[in-house]
Amino acid sequence: MELRLSGVSHRYGEVEVIRDVSLTVPEGRIVCIVGPSGCGKSTLLRFLGGLERPMQGEVLQIGAPPADSINPLTYVFQDFALLPWRTVEGNISLILHDHGIRGRRAEAIVADVLARTRLSDFRKALPRQLSGGMKQRVAIARALAVNPAVLLMDEPLSALDSQTRELLMDDLVALWSRAPFTAVYVTHNLTEAVRLGHRIVVLSRRPGQVRDVVEIDLPLEERAAGHADLDRMQRHLWTLMRDEAQAADRELAI
Amino acid sequence: MTDAAAAPNFASGDAPGVRPVPFRGGGFRPSSPRWVGVLVFVALIGFLEWGTRAGVISALTVPRPSDVFATLVEFARSGGMWRNLGPSLMRLLVGGTLGALAGIGVGLMIGLFSVARAGLVPLVAALFPIPKIALLPLFVIWFGIDESSKYALIAFGTFTPTVVATYGAVDNVDRTLIRMGQSFGLRWHTIVLRIVLPGAMPGILSGLRISLAIAIILLVAAEMLGAEYGIGAYILQAGSLYDLERLFAGVTILSLLGVLLSGAVGLLERRLLAWRS
Repeated sequence: MELRLSGVSHRYGEVEVIRDVSLTVPEGRIVCIVGPSGCGKSTLLRFLGGLERPMQGEVLQIGAPPADSINPLTYVFQDFALLPWRTVEGNISLILHDHGIRGRRAEAIVADVLARTRLSDFRKALPRQLSGGMKQRVAIARALAVNPAVLLMDEPLSALDSQTRELLMDDLVALWSRAPFTAVYVTHNLTEAVRLGHRIVVLSRRPGQVRDVVEIDLPLEERAAGHADLDRMQRHLWTLMRDEAQAADRELAI
Repeated sequence: MTDAAAAPNFASGDAPGVRPVPFRGGGFRPSSPRWVGVLVFVALIGFLEWGTRAGVISALTVPRPSDVFATLVEFARSGGMWRNLGPSLMRLLVGGTLGALAGIGVGLMIGLFSVARAGLVPLVAALFPIPKIALLPLFVIWFGIDESSKYALIAFGTFTPTVVATYGAVDNVDRTLIRMGQSFGLRWHTIVLRIVLPGAMPGILSGLRISLAIAIILLVAAEMLGAEYGIGAYILQAGSLYDLERLFAGVTILSLLGVLLSGAVGLLERRLLAWRS
C-alpha cells in the first residue's frame, strides 16, 4: 500500500503552516521528512495517519493494506505513549484485545514482537522501570504487533540520548532488513535521515514547502556511521537546511 | 589525568584562602516521621489531662481526657456504640457511594463531552458553595423524614467535590495517550475505560479523600433530622444536655472514622496506583 499527499495546505488560525505539499510514500521504503523546527513535519505525519485533516489537498492511500493488517496506519510517538499502568505485555495486548484478538493468537503475536525487539525478558516490567530506549522499543514492538501497512514515526529517537539513538537505529535497520516495511520517518536529525531514509524530503521553514527530495540508493545495512557517501549527503542536506533553520530559529513562536 | 591525583590536596582547609564551598541546598523537603504525629496527640492530651487535674483548666471548659475515655469504654460496653455506629456507617456507605459514583459519572461526562461541559460546569459551580445543611428542610420535603433524606443529603454533599475532582483529573490525562489510542483504532469505550479512567484515577482518589471528609461532616447534619440512633444523634443529644464527656466521646469516634476512611483511601491508592511509585 502506498500513501500520497497531494497539494496539501494547512493553517492554524492566522498562521500558515504548510503550503502545497505533495509527496508519495512508496511501498517497502522509508521516507524521511526533515526540516527546521516548526515547519509542519509532524503535522504532515498526523495528516498521513488521519489524526488531523488538512484544510486543502488530499491524503490518499493507494492499494489495499495486507489482509492481516490489524491497524494499517500505525504511529510510533516521540514520547513513547505507553500506558504507565500496564506492563510491557499489557500495553501490547490491550490493542490486540480491542481488535478481537485474544488467547493463544494474541499470545503468539506478543511473543513474536517482543522477540523481534529483544524484549522477551521484560514482559512483566512496568514502563517506569525501563530506560528511554527500552520504552521506545516497547512502542515499536506494539506498532509491529498490529502488522501495519505503513509505520508513521514521529521523531521516535529524539527523546533519547545519542548512544541509545545509535543502538535503536541499528535495531530499526535490522528490523527493516529482515522484513522490509513502509515507513514515514519525521526527524530534525540529519544523521538519522541519511541512515534510515531511502528518500529524504526536505521541507522549508514555516510555511512548510518541499524544498528538495533526495534519494539514497545505498542499502540500509551498508550505511555505517562515518560512511563517506553518507557524510557527503548529510553535508548537502545541511547546506539546504542551514539558512532555513537559522531563519526559523529567529522567528517568534505562534 | 594528573589533575585527578592532585585533587585531594585542594580539599584540605589548611591552605590560606582555601575553604569548603558553603552548602546552600537544604530544606524545602518535608518528610513525615510517624512518631512526630503521635507525639503531638500525646502531648496535647497529656497537657489537657494535667491541666484538668491540676485545676488550671476548669472541668466546664474541657472534659478530662481520662473521663472521655472512660465514657467511650462504657459506651462500647453497654452496646450503645454499636447501636449508634451501625446506622451511621450505613448512611455514610449508601450516601457516600451514591454521591461518589454519580460524581465520577458526571465528572467523566464533563471531561469528555463539550455539551456536558458547557452545561454542567456552571451548574456545579453554582451548587458547590451552597451549604448543604441549609437545604435540610428541602430534603425532608423531597425525600421524607426517614433514611432516604439522610442518604440524599450525604450523597449531594459528596457529589459536587467528586465532580470537580474528576473532571479536573480527566482534563489532566496525557493527551498523547488518547491520541495513541485513536491512532491504534481503539474503540471509544476502550479509550475511556482503559486510558482516560486509569489516567484520571490519581486525581479521582485524592478528590475522594475530600469527599469522604465532607460526608462525615454531613452525617452529623443528616442525623439532626430526627434520627433515633447514630453518632451524630448521640453527639447532638449530649450537646443539648451539655454533657461534655459524651460529646467528646462522640467527636472522638467521628475523628477516628475520618482517619480510618482516609487510611482506606490510602490503601486503595496503593493498590490502584502501584504503577506510579
